Amino acid sequence: MNKKDQLELYHQMVLIRRVEERGAELYQQGKIGGFMHLYIGQEAVSTGIVAAREPRDRVITAYRDHGVAINCGIPANQVMAELLGKATGTSKGKGGSMHMADTSKNMWGGHAIVGGHLPIASGLALGDQYAGNDNVTICMFGDGATNIGYFHEALNLAKTWGLRVLWICENNIYGMGTSVERASAVHEIRQKAEGYGMKNSRVDGMDVMKVYEATKEAIEYVRKNSEPYFLECTTYRYRGHSMGDPERYRKQEEVKKWEESDPIGIFRRQLIEGKIANAKALDDIEAQVMDEVAKAVEFAETSPEPALEDLFTDVYVEN
Amino acid sequence: MAKITMREAISQALMEEMDRDPSVFILGEEVGVWGGTYAVTKGFYDKYGAARVKDTPIAENAIIGAAIGAAMTGQRPVAELMTINFAFSAMDYIVNQAPKLHYMFGGQFTVPMVIRAVGGGGRQLGATHSQTPDAVFAHFPGLKVVSPGTPEDAKGLLKSAIRSNDPILFIEHATMYQIRGDVPDGEYTIPIGKSKVQREGKDITIVTYCKGLELSMKAAEDLSKEGIEAEIVDLRTLRPLDMEPVLESFMKTNRAVIVEEGWKSYGVGAEVASRIYEEAFDYLDAPILRVAQKEVPLPYNRTLEQAALPQVPDIIAAVKEVLK
Repeated sequence: MNKKDQLELYHQMVLIRRVEERGAELYQQGKIGGFMHLYIGQEAVSTGIVAAREPRDRVITAYRDHGVAINCGIPANQVMAELLGKATGTSKGKGGSMHMADTSKNMWGGHAIVGGHLPIASGLALGDQYAGNDNVTICMFGDGATNIGYFHEALNLAKTWGLRVLWICENNIYGMGTSVERASAVHEIRQKAEGYGMKNSRVDGMDVMKVYEATKEAIEYVRKNSEPYFLECTTYRYRGHSMGDPERYRKQEEVKKWEESDPIGIFRRQLIEGKIANAKALDDIEAQVMDEVAKAVEFAETSPEPALEDLFTDVYVEN
Repeated sequence: MAKITMREAISQALMEEMDRDPSVFILGEEVGVWGGTYAVTKGFYDKYGAARVKDTPIAENAIIGAAIGAAMTGQRPVAELMTINFAFSAMDYIVNQAPKLHYMFGGQFTVPMVIRAVGGGGRQLGATHSQTPDAVFAHFPGLKVVSPGTPEDAKGLLKSAIRSNDPILFIEHATMYQIRGDVPDGEYTIPIGKSKVQREGKDITIVTYCKGLELSMKAAEDLSKEGIEAEIVDLRTLRPLDMEPVLESFMKTNRAVIVEEGWKSYGVGAEVASRIYEEAFDYLDAPILRVAQKEVPLPYNRTLEQAALPQVPDIIAAVKEVLK
């Protein structure tokens, strides 16, 4: 990857972090409602994955979707506006934190039923197979989603029908507050792919370049062989499952230990040590992000609420 | 006009739409090599091949989930559920995904998918395979629920459903595939969301659909011999519900009986009766009665099963009670 692109990845990771930190503040102030699940700590995963796709490849993910939305090119303005429920949001204020999408950016949502989007991902790939193209559908989900029936039906169908899906499990060790060890029969989630005869691997999800390289290879495999691939990214979320998580299930020392290997910190060191950029250049990016986030908040706060008549729009295509 | 069976009508609709539009394909359990468990897709596999007539694993979440995804990309899948009782295995997709995707993402996604599901009791299949849970599905905004009672309507409505850009649950009745009826020659469609007067009469309005239409028509013939002329309004679509013809008829007859095969509690009859009370109370000459399934899981034993299902004499008795 060239220098400019690497700096763009750094920019995206910092942008996700700062958008979410501001989002958390706005949530505490009561300006954001509902559930909000922060991606903080996992930025390297979606950033590396989305960077490895071609624009024609579809991305679909779960409800922890702010990062993926930004990586796919949805402007921070629209992400923030959706969080605030404004008409200018990605889903016109009707979806909220868990339901961001932009089909023009090939970002097929934020889906909030655990595992529910996996068969839909198989369906997106089926649509492409039926149309006769070799687009890849990249489907991201957490470790918790691999214990539910949808997961198994979706993987079985993808392998049986030769659908081009890249399954990405973001193993952040906890499904809400229950650890992988307490919820899953196998602790290396990629082992589950073996049951479907599916090629698989595991990568350090805290290292954006490793994620990028692994995804690049996996996408190539899927496209060329017309069959699915399973990539497990090991990662960690620093914040609670959602904003309402009392975090009784883990110790603060555990969170601290992971924060020492922060994905943004790791990438920053790599960029400096590899002489891709000096500290000043990276500081400049961070300053630019602060400006972007401030503008996004201003955009969202000054955007109009959806009109009351919009309550009844888009229930059906044909009334 | 040609007289054909319900099975032929549905089969013709599927075939005509597949010939007309290459984005239409079928998926489901045993729809291909087997030819469909109710033989609706017999011959399709040989004609269209495995790519357009897709045999799936027995996995309802995969079937409906994949149909939704393919529909989101612009294809027009027709997913078959071997019975509507298996819809419960895929409930999340039918009520919680397909009807929400267009609205929840600000109109970005469309789901032009049809789910064909076979429902109804009367075949001694026991409690888990005999249900008529139509009202459950009609409860959810964002989904359209169609359930025809004649071959003509089945063909015209299914063709409209396949062309529609909204997700549609198309409910057929397991005991009605052999009924025969006149179907127009050549190309035609029937709009979704339009109720229809299937029999004219001046004395009482019977509101019904699907299997209830067959029973109500028989009841009306018997009543006619006694000088009672029932007008029968066939809902055909449960959501969106078209009350116009129902209210028009009711304002003429001032009396109504509602006939459905599903359970009475929280059912189609409850909805229709409420709407008549809300919108035409001044025209009411007698309490509205409902004929529906007894409040039990359907038993296997034939006598008991038939006792639980609404029958022609039940309709006749209800009509006479309202006219008393």
